[in-house]
Amino acid sequence: MITALTVESLAVQRGERLLFKGLDLSVAAGEAAALVGANGAGKTSLLRTVAGLLRPVAGRVWFSGEGGELESDEARRFGCHLVGHQDGLKGARSAREELVFQSGWTGGGAGAALAAADRLGLTRLLDLPVRVLSAGQRRRVALARLIAAPRALWLLDEPLAPLDAASRALFGDVMAEHLGAGGLILAAVHDPLPIAARAVEVGA
Amino acid sequence: MNALARLLGREIALAWGRGGGPLLALGFYAGVVTLLPLAAGPDPRRLAVVAGSVAWVGLALASLLTLDRLFERDFEDGALDLLALGPLSLEAVSAVKCLAQWLVTGAPLALAAPLAAVGLGATPRAAVLVVAVAALGGLAFAFVGGTGAALALASRRGGVLIAVIVLPLLAPPVIFGGAAIHAFENGLAWTTGFALLAAYALIVAALTPFAMAGACRNALS
Repeated sequence: MITALTVESLAVQRGERLLFKGLDLSVAAGEAAALVGANGAGKTSLLRTVAGLLRPVAGRVWFSGEGGELESDEARRFGCHLVGHQDGLKGARSAREELVFQSGWTGGGAGAALAAADRLGLTRLLDLPVRVLSAGQRRRVALARLIAAPRALWLLDEPLAPLDAASRALFGDVMAEHLGAGGLILAAVHDPLPIAARAVEVGA
Repeated sequence: MNALARLLGREIALAWGRGGGPLLALGFYAGVVTLLPLAAGPDPRRLAVVAGSVAWVGLALASLLTLDRLFERDFEDGALDLLALGPLSLEAVSAVKCLAQWLVTGAPLALAAPLAAVGLGATPRAAVLVVAVAALGGLAFAFVGGTGAALALASRRGGVLIAVIVLPLLAPPVIFGGAAIHAFENGLAWTTGFALLAAYALIVAALTPFAMAGACRNALS
């Protein structure tokens, strides 16, 4: 299990543009870090680099467990959730099918997926096709896999943006529980998170 | 249920819905083999000569119809990020996607192929061979087409790219399969063509997942 994430003098480039360089960051078990910065500063790119989807031009990202450094690919495959601003849901499939697949793919059983849906108030919506759900409901379907499939490191890109006030508070509780259980959260945000989080400026 | 079965189930469901799924491919196939006699004239002897070939080429084209969107939806809606962070490598994910595509469109087309061939005047004795050739060929078409679909991700003229990359790679299986059917109909040794087709299908199924995974990683970054 991942107990710490370390980012060391990272530089990320998109096309011809250098987004940031020399970025250092560490998140330990039970900690949340909020990435802040202007639009286009590189918050999403940083999250995708940590997830291994982008390759940095300099610096490195590594994950530690109880016994020292973990193999990065393994740590990402089995210890890392990424919820981006795209929900990855197929409009024609039912919310239940998509939720059960997303949870199962990341390591949670169907029972856990339905319990997570209940927690996020989605039970009533499960038989509807995803296409008729609102943006906030869709986001909740995507977030449910965080609860259903236990993985230590959560990489969240504007997780709360489409959510209403009640859902934000609810998801705040979920995040607090995750941290309490030794989880790690790295989230790109514009609005403050409803939990205590260290702010990290990107692209200053 | 393990991750592989879960993914295969999802991919089959998606392939079923993608652009009409097997119905579009079967409909197109039926269109090709029924229009040809109208264009070539009513002489059955003339048709019988090309029956096997037409049934075979029509199948090759029909199996490509819904392939171009194999990765595109997942790429556009962010599901490819999720697939990249799952328990299976992108190589395995790509192979499962092609396999699902083959199960949903390739297999029904293979079952329809002997109907088309015999309907056009080929000898019914060849039916079993036609099914086998169509099934193996369909497997090769799915993996080659999937490679084109993956390479076309993140490029604006993806359709053109697919045509340029995929069509040349379709030539060998079309040649081998056609040769096997012809040889059988003329009472010659058909096993050479069939063995070459099988070899080609296995090679592309083994190698192209690496190309697809590389193309997906490139598109994501």
